[in-house]
Amino acid sequence: MSTLALPQPASARGALGWLRANLFSTPTNSALTILTLALLAWVVPPMFNWLFFDAVWGRQPVAACDAVRGHGACWAVVWEKFRFMMFGVYPFDQQWRPALAIVVLVGLLVVSAIRWFWRPALALIWIAGIAATFWLMGGGLGLTPVRTEQWGGLPVTLILAIFGIGFAFPLGVLLALGRRSQLPIIRSFSVIYIEVVRGVPLITVLFMASVMFALFLPEGMRIDQLLRAQVAIILFVAAYLAEAVRGGLQAVPKGQYEAAEALGLPYWKMMGLIILPQALKISIPPIVNSFISLFKDTSLVVIIAIYDFAYAVKRSVETDFAWKKYFIEAFLFSIVVYWIFCYAMSKYSQRLEREFAKGEHR
Amino acid sequence: MSASAPAAPVTAAAAASAGSGLAVEIRGLNKWFGEFHVLKNIDLTVGRGERIVVCGPSGSGKSTLIRCINRLEQHQQGSIVVNGVELTDNLKNIDQVRSNVGMVFQHFNLFPHLTVLDNCTLAPIWVRKQSKAQAEATAMKFLERVRIREQAPKYPGQLSGGQQQRVAIARALCMNPSIMLFDEPTSALDPEMVKEVLDTMVDLAREGMTMLCVTHEMGFARAVADRVIFMDQGEIVEQNTPEAFFSNPQNERSRQFLSQILDR
Repeated sequence: MSTLALPQPASARGALGWLRANLFSTPTNSALTILTLALLAWVVPPMFNWLFFDAVWGRQPVAACDAVRGHGACWAVVWEKFRFMMFGVYPFDQQWRPALAIVVLVGLLVVSAIRWFWRPALALIWIAGIAATFWLMGGGLGLTPVRTEQWGGLPVTLILAIFGIGFAFPLGVLLALGRRSQLPIIRSFSVIYIEVVRGVPLITVLFMASVMFALFLPEGMRIDQLLRAQVAIILFVAAYLAEAVRGGLQAVPKGQYEAAEALGLPYWKMMGLIILPQALKISIPPIVNSFISLFKDTSLVVIIAIYDFAYAVKRSVETDFAWKKYFIEAFLFSIVVYWIFCYAMSKYSQRLEREFAKGEHR
Repeated sequence: MSASAPAAPVTAAAAASAGSGLAVEIRGLNKWFGEFHVLKNIDLTVGRGERIVVCGPSGSGKSTLIRCINRLEQHQQGSIVVNGVELTDNLKNIDQVRSNVGMVFQHFNLFPHLTVLDNCTLAPIWVRKQSKAQAEATAMKFLERVRIREQAPKYPGQLSGGQQQRVAIARALCMNPSIMLFDEPTSALDPEMVKEVLDTMVDLAREGMTMLCVTHEMGFARAVADRVIFMDQGEIVEQNTPEAFFSNPQNERSRQFLSQILDR
């Protein structure tokens, strides 16, 4: 005779059951719950008042902000300085071009995130995306030329971050494979590269790229500052990605290599078809972690006088005496923008992990 | 010394096929893992169509021996010639031998990120350069033969151990190999799944495939093997027909081994 399946006792079910189990299970837990609620009641209402209810929204004169100063946020500063925050010192009448470049760059990011596009043709899409971005930003072919010194704001951050991801990723994979190679020269090179680059701060790499590098170039030859920063970021992040990927490579069982070899697959096919698909899947969390770090670290380029988004936001309020006192609101705005991009990447990686897990296991 | 026992084919069938060339010819093979001398002076020839069962206590070097045949392990001394191609550092030769020698592993080693069908078509498409349609037709034929056709669209993780091992056999067969190596193919299986895999292997043997099989399944050895090779401590201690080996083992170590596994 089989035992009847019984429902859980009423005390364990419903909202009350949940409260009892999670918030009031012991006297200590009850005390902590009450204390936390009291703290929230004390902090949250004034915070919401400042952030939302007493804040100044929309395009309004600075006097409106001065009137509520101290108990309401001045979001008007974002409206007032929006163009400068977004595009820096890019020529004002040409700012439709960086705006369009942002669309192209975000589009490139979105397309690359869709699994259907994970095929060789993606390289062509990237070439087109890069060409379009630099044409829009730099001009030529019918557009007024704009030198990179005048580029600024969000497109610069996105260029550094998205092209940084796009180039550092394959380079990191190659370095990871190199570090596990049977060939001593390739292995030594990869190990030395990874360990040296990981051992120095990004800010010094950027500084080297900006100052030192110029000393070694022949007289009269100049490489664009933005390009140098871009290359420095790519080389730097590739070392971190290599270690993330290596972790995945090591987690693929030896039997997978042996089965691929036993079928006669040559090295690159074995890696491309069997090992890397499994290794990269395992490495999704650390890889995306590196991408998120990279996205925020682009703000360090300010030390070599590149006008990225964070710096444009800072300058937008610094340079205007009337609005200067509302720099906190301006920074909060830039935090929200950075957060949106980073959170989107984080969410995307979680979805990707779930999708991969779904296909292969029961 | 018995390690250099006569390498001539023992059975009539193998002797007949020997005229068409040898499948595997191993001479004076020595291999070390660091200081450990794992294979000692191995001489072994396998005729076309011959079925060989390799047995012996664990650590005797039997898996290492068959893994040398497709160079999953490198040997340090002696020669191994497979289908007339000698295994050296020449990568081209290695890939050529590997694509003609199928291998089935103890732990199946199916590719977990690919469906059963894609597991079977991958090497034919990328190594043999077959068209997708052609490779899929071949794959379905062999999946049918191992009686697992309906599982083609599933992923390996959704199959039982016995089913996975049959897929692994089909995957190897899709490359149309002339030799099949089995490295303890049933040791990782739950007892109730051993039979379905052994049945598949018996079918394959009956069709005339050249097989080298490391296994302790003595029933299988009796049913299909032309020759049983007993290894201990890196040497071939004894080789004989299954009947002779099981009923009248010549060597003390063989007798001891047989008494242990038959008592179970």
